[in-house]
Amino acid sequence: MKLRLSDEDAAFREEMRTFFTTQIPQDIRDTVAARRELSKEQIVESQRVMNAAGLAVPNWPVEWGGKDWTPLQRHLWHEEMQLAAVPAPLAFNASMVGPVIAAFGSQEIKERFLPATANLDIWWSQGFSEPDAGSDLASLRTTAVREGDEYVVNGQKTWTTLGQYGDWIFTLVRTDPSVKKQAGISFLLIDMTSPGLTVRPIELIDGGHEVNEVFFEDVRVPVENLVGEENKGWDYAKFLLGNERVGVAPVGSTKRILAEAKEIAGDRIAQEPLLAARVAELENELLALELTALRVVAHSADGKPHPASSVLKLKGTELQQAVTELVVDLAGPLSLASGAGEGSDVPDWARVATPQYLNYRKASIYGGSNEVQRQIISKTILGL
Amino acid sequence: MDFTLDSETEALRDAVRGLIGKAYDSSETRREVTKTDPGFGEKTWQRLAEMGVLGLPFSEEDGGTGAGPVEVSVVAEELGRVIAPEPVIETLLAGGLVADLGSDEQRADIIGPISEGQLVVAFAHLDLGEAVTASGSGDSWTLTGVKEPVLHGARADRLVVTAITEAGVGVFLVDPADADITGYRTFDGGRAARIAFSGTAATPLGDPSADASDAVAKAVARAQIAYCHEAVGAMETALRTTTEYLKTRKQFGVPLNTFQALTFRAADMYVSLELAKSATAWATLVLADAPERAVEAASRAKLQVARSGRHIGQEAIQLHGGIGMTAEYSVGHYMSRLTAINHYLGDADDHVASLSAGLREYGTVDPL
Repeated sequence: MKLRLSDEDAAFREEMRTFFTTQIPQDIRDTVAARRELSKEQIVESQRVMNAAGLAVPNWPVEWGGKDWTPLQRHLWHEEMQLAAVPAPLAFNASMVGPVIAAFGSQEIKERFLPATANLDIWWSQGFSEPDAGSDLASLRTTAVREGDEYVVNGQKTWTTLGQYGDWIFTLVRTDPSVKKQAGISFLLIDMTSPGLTVRPIELIDGGHEVNEVFFEDVRVPVENLVGEENKGWDYAKFLLGNERVGVAPVGSTKRILAEAKEIAGDRIAQEPLLAARVAELENELLALELTALRVVAHSADGKPHPASSVLKLKGTELQQAVTELVVDLAGPLSLASGAGEGSDVPDWARVATPQYLNYRKASIYGGSNEVQRQIISKTILGL
Repeated sequence: MDFTLDSETEALRDAVRGLIGKAYDSSETRREVTKTDPGFGEKTWQRLAEMGVLGLPFSEEDGGTGAGPVEVSVVAEELGRVIAPEPVIETLLAGGLVADLGSDEQRADIIGPISEGQLVVAFAHLDLGEAVTASGSGDSWTLTGVKEPVLHGARADRLVVTAITEAGVGVFLVDPADADITGYRTFDGGRAARIAFSGTAATPLGDPSADASDAVAKAVARAQIAYCHEAVGAMETALRTTTEYLKTRKQFGVPLNTFQALTFRAADMYVSLELAKSATAWATLVLADAPERAVEAASRAKLQVARSGRHIGQEAIQLHGGIGMTAEYSVGHYMSRLTAINHYLGDADDHVASLSAGLREYGTVDPL
């Protein structure tokens, strides 16, 4: 057992810190630090700077721009990025469709999509959830019927995050309705400019437009846009949802917001023991979470996921939510002034506090709700 | 950074597991052993000594085995799995102060015999608000006042006592025969004592004209971390016992694990356990690699363990139902032991308070 990073890993961490704090445009980092919404252009620019330095998709195979890093190095990359208030590479590209194409796509599909995906020349959207297929994703009903060398797609996807920017959408579609629900699903890539495809915004409780519904009406998709084999889509989806062990818990960004909360609180920490205790407890739980993430990455070198990895999403999102809650409480009545305009004396942090708090209620729902995580723990780990 | 044990430490773990697992093969055995004084197995104590466990943190020069915090942590976790009542951590804590502060002669007198299982040494540190005071000069000192509760104080062959001196805190060795000692049983099957000193002869450990607060804080931090490992072992058993029960106990014609209301609570217990494990393993690594941060790390680990231990202990009983309340069944004893650990050497409130006081000295906590 050993605590300290090796000289090599310490140097790596320093290199990442320097890169993220000096190479990513300051306006982008300022926007993230102020917890304001990033524009599409900012997200694209940030990823392109990272990609030019070979740092956008380290989790991919080396031949497609990935890095032969240890899990610990990937963890350090991710943490330093978050601590520096740098937006992560677009998850739909970097963590979701990219790895699936790299692992299961044909050579042709890889060449066609992977470089553009890494560089965010293509903005991907995710077409998994449906109105009647949320946690029970395999019961999805959007169909793709083969007609000659095309699939004809009909149905509806929902919760499509940032779908308003999407160029392409990767979807799970039903290609065989006659078999067990998991066995009739395929992984299909669809051009979002295709006739018959429409995107409709869903306004959320924070007043923002982050997610969308996507409708497919006789959308014709060339068969070469199928990834891997027909009816194997469920396996690819499980790979996509299960292969990520790094960055499952939002540790770095939560640490950053908690540090900001301490700054905001200032002297109140010395004057209000209840506030100080709340901050101290949160900080300590966050430390235990970060250490759990480190145990998981340090252990995953042998290829098998550490059982504790299921803790990361569950506890990580709880703490992420708890920290946004703390900031709202710090704002107190000023938190009401979310719509304050120019000339108002309400500080920026207080104006964004409640919208962010409301927005982050999503964290314990997406990516396998925390109830699904509890089910995984009780079934898979505890054998219940 | 590495969280895995080397093969030598694994062998130590397996050996201790074998020994302790046999000594406390059931909750009933432990109950029998803790019924009569001294509240632990003298034979088991000897076997632990033969295995080298009681000399682990001490240098070979002093008669110890020259191991480190990692080895101690592994032993503590095994003790916790069966909540073995032997005063290993207590003796290592008191012995550690002798090793850190004592003269050559004192170390030779005490460390070797501890390692060989000949001495149980108690740490008389806590009081009811009125401190024990020391007066004297040179090697001739006396103590006055009361220490309580002193864990295993009535069985101890030597006492390591903290007392107020003109310089601050002093640490003294006392022969228990010279003190007025009243022992009693604690709720977790352990033993504690009230120890009164009235002009009782005491030998200083180290220089009594200097403040030994730092040395005491470091020794306490080492013990806190060891107790955290004991608690992790206990939590693991409490959770396993609970999940086994949920699988076997039937109500309404079905096993209890049919009910999601129960399995989800077990999942939350697992989350608590993993967080406690992570914080505790980290604290041991800090102790080994960055001891200047050990007091803070011990505080952080002990806070997490207090939270997790209370959660797991309470839920273990609740998920069992009535049987969990009985002295005959095991989980209640685990909850009792976790409660005792929580309240010894700083409970959650104490650690929250000390961490709160330092909040503005840094932005984020960096564990590395």
